[in-house]
Amino acid sequence: MSVRITIDGKVVEAQEGEALIDVAADNGVYIPSLCYVRGKPCLGTCRVCSVRVNDSVMASCTVPVTDGMEVKVNEPEVTDMRKALVELLFVEGNHNCPSCEKSGRCELQAVGYEVDMMVSRFPYRFPVRKRDHVSKHIFLERDRCIFCQRCVEFIRDKESGQKIFSIDDRGTKASIEIDVELADKMPPEQVREASDLCPVGCIIEKGRGYDEPIGQRKFEIQSVRERALMGDEK
Amino acid sequence: MHQQIQSILSLYHCDKTRLIDMLWDVQKLHGYIGDEAVGLLSDGLNMSPLDIRETISFYHFFITRPSGRHQVYLCDSVIARMNGYEDVRAALEQEVGCAFGEVNDTNIFGLFDTNCIGLSDQEPAMMVDDVVFTNLTAAKVKDIIGQLKQGKTAGEVANSAGKDRRDVAYVNSLVSDNIRERGEVFFKPGLDYKAILRGCLNKIPSEIIEIVSSSNLRGRGGAGFPTGLKWRLCGEAEGTEKYIICNADEGEPGTFKDRVLLTRSPKDVLLGMVIAAYAIGSRVGIIYLRTEYRYLKDYLEQQLQEFREDGLLGNKILDTEFDFDIRIQMGAGAYICGDETALIESCEGKRGTPRVKPPYPIQKGYLGQPTCVNNVETFASVCRILEKGSDWFKGMGTDESTGTRLLSVSGDCERPGIFEIEWGVTLNHVLEMVGAKDPMAVQISGPSGECVSVAKDGERQICYSDLSCNGSFMIFDKSRNLVDMIKSFMTFFVHESCGICVPCRAGGVDLLHKVELLLAGRACQKDLDDIVSWGALMRATSRCGLGTTAPRPLLTTMEKFPELYQQIIVQSKGPLLPSFDLEEALQGHEKAYKTLVPEEVK
Ligand SMILES: Cc1cc2nc3c(=O)[nH]c(=O)nc-3n(C[C@H](O)[C@H](O)[C@H](O)COP(=O)(O)O)c2cc1C
Ligand code: SF4
Ligand code: SF4
Repeated sequence: MSVRITIDGKVVEAQEGEALIDVAADNGVYIPSLCYVRGKPCLGTCRVCSVRVNDSVMASCTVPVTDGMEVKVNEPEVTDMRKALVELLFVEGNHNCPSCEKSGRCELQAVGYEVDMMVSRFPYRFPVRKRDHVSKHIFLERDRCIFCQRCVEFIRDKESGQKIFSIDDRGTKASIEIDVELADKMPPEQVREASDLCPVGCIIEKGRGYDEPIGQRKFEIQSVRERALMGDEK
Repeated sequence: MHQQIQSILSLYHCDKTRLIDMLWDVQKLHGYIGDEAVGLLSDGLNMSPLDIRETISFYHFFITRPSGRHQVYLCDSVIARMNGYEDVRAALEQEVGCAFGEVNDTNIFGLFDTNCIGLSDQEPAMMVDDVVFTNLTAAKVKDIIGQLKQGKTAGEVANSAGKDRRDVAYVNSLVSDNIRERGEVFFKPGLDYKAILRGCLNKIPSEIIEIVSSSNLRGRGGAGFPTGLKWRLCGEAEGTEKYIICNADEGEPGTFKDRVLLTRSPKDVLLGMVIAAYAIGSRVGIIYLRTEYRYLKDYLEQQLQEFREDGLLGNKILDTEFDFDIRIQMGAGAYICGDETALIESCEGKRGTPRVKPPYPIQKGYLGQPTCVNNVETFASVCRILEKGSDWFKGMGTDESTGTRLLSVSGDCERPGIFEIEWGVTLNHVLEMVGAKDPMAVQISGPSGECVSVAKDGERQICYSDLSCNGSFMIFDKSRNLVDMIKSFMTFFVHESCGICVPCRAGGVDLLHKVELLLAGRACQKDLDDIVSWGALMRATSRCGLGTTAPRPLLTTMEKFPELYQQIIVQSKGPLLPSFDLEEALQGHEKAYKTLVPEEVK
């Protein structure tokens, strides 16, 4: 069923039940996000796509549109909330972009630019997290994990359907883990898929390194905003 | 080992949604859940071992390495700390011979911390294996540990008379119920459950829902959602099966009324569930019982058995075509599992991660089917409403908060325990009833609720539209340091955050850090401003009720007791913020200089 909603004062048409974040993108309104992948089930973990819906703040990837919904995206208060969440992620882990293999392809970095982040308002934590090199094709640079859950939910062993990536412990003690036996069986395309799907430089494909020169990397050619507005899956 | 795990797997038909039960069985058998057991389970369930570890590591009470013959979990809560916790803790370390978080040399004892265990009216208290000990003192600890060292089991020490674990006398030997004030709804002896249920089964389901709706009963778990409406929506939702879940997770620090209801009036609760099942068309019910209440399990199983024998549960209930049965699902130690969607995940054998909503449980809950989750007290109220009618119920309380509510009262007062109040009474009235001398503040609804000032809020009414209360009622007198209490609450939230979403996982840590600065005398006005703005961020953007309520203790005390905060903040001197520790910052350089610069260069 077709419904009408307003986004920042503009009336747009959509199909009832479509995710608000998609409806916005299809109508030229970019809402940043770090866990959502268009076409895949909503994860609702990063909250960076928070907008105001009929006066309450909601993560737009979790909101199915209904008729008459009033949405505010570029209103100062929620805009600052989105920015604050990105800032929180930068201090929670260790993100040293200049030395990171993912620089220029990293969604956290790209979204950091989109929300105009200059420096984090939150204190840096410099957590000590262990790297994991054990599997043959992948290493985990845990310093950079933002616990988006993409790898956990979307990358499974082709044969058994079992989880290859998982989260150990909870809250501040959580860490991303990799099942070495299953990871070593991953075909090269799946290794590439996992490392591309990771929004940051945590799942790193061994031997790939800095294969694209600066200036020619994904988000340097086309910004994360432009990609999202084109309906790209990122 | 292989044989044992195989029989556990087959007991649950290799159904991975029963993983939590299997893990409990393994832990009971071996004392902990080791790598080999995880490997065997993973083969049997077609899950990667790490996937199983995901679940194990989420829960506080699952242990993965040998942790002593007896595991001692001492409750560390605000209320325990007001009642001699420090002495008890020191006595335990002394008697056992190791520090908290460790296992002693003889491998007999492991000492661990745990959050509120639902005994705030008899703290200090501790869990040892499958029993609890309350009203602890150093001398009592010495005696208990002494007996355990002699080789007695914890059960033998706690229940020296050898009472049958299925009997209420057994529960009585472990904990007191401290029911101080009775009202019209709860703890009525001699109810004729058969007659009440027969009356219900003579009506059609929509009539039952109509009675519950017209009683205006609202959920007692906290959110206050109208129960009749929830049942109607769940009844109308499409599904091949429907489920009824009783939320007995009672994790909110300071509350213990569900424990007392399950002890004193378990059948009121069970009958409430049966009535709900009939009303929405469910055949399967679950009681989700927190681990901290595991000493109630055998007793509750016995109550279920009696209900079955009386024809109130099972097939062809009271000789009709209605079938319904209930199983008990043990939790494993996670406050977040009180949230209904996290609870459902946990019932499905997974980590207790709150789901993305919509869909809501009434649409897609347990195993993807419409599910109605209600609090223990809600079900007990239902039983009485169907016995006495909705008008009787509406005759109590206020227009929008009908009936009565159980308060779990703890802290600075003469009579901590259970009080049944009519909705609408004032804060002052309750304080008088419980014998609170010189009260300064009351933390209403536990850490997730609000802190009120007795001076400013004394005449406010306890009801959904004013001071809404989930049952937890903690009193602090004028000698207490509220900021200490806030620190304990913030630590609780950081510890209990499931960590799936950014604002709660990361923001909680920053708020706790601010509280530590305040207590260290190194916070200034800017820190207070940050708390307000970061608190608002968590409130607005967190995925579930834990993250949205976590800043409340801080924000509400700042609102009610601004002078407390003004007294402890300091002025910035010069360009540096007081929170910046120059000495500490410079130490980094010194350390680096010492370790990295070669001697000859220095
Ligand atoms: C973090 C969190 C913890 C909760 N803990 C409990 C609990 O221990 N017991 C409970 O009945 N409800 C708890 N709730 C509320 C439940 O999600 C749910 O609303 C309730 O069980 C519904 O029952 P009711 O309608 O009868 O109140 C909690 C909610 C949140 C967000
Ligand atoms: S490793 Fe990458 S994809 Fe996986 S949870 Fe961490 S940030 Fe997300
Ligand atoms: S608010 Fe906290 S407890 Fe709730 S989903 Fe987010 S991280 Fe988990």
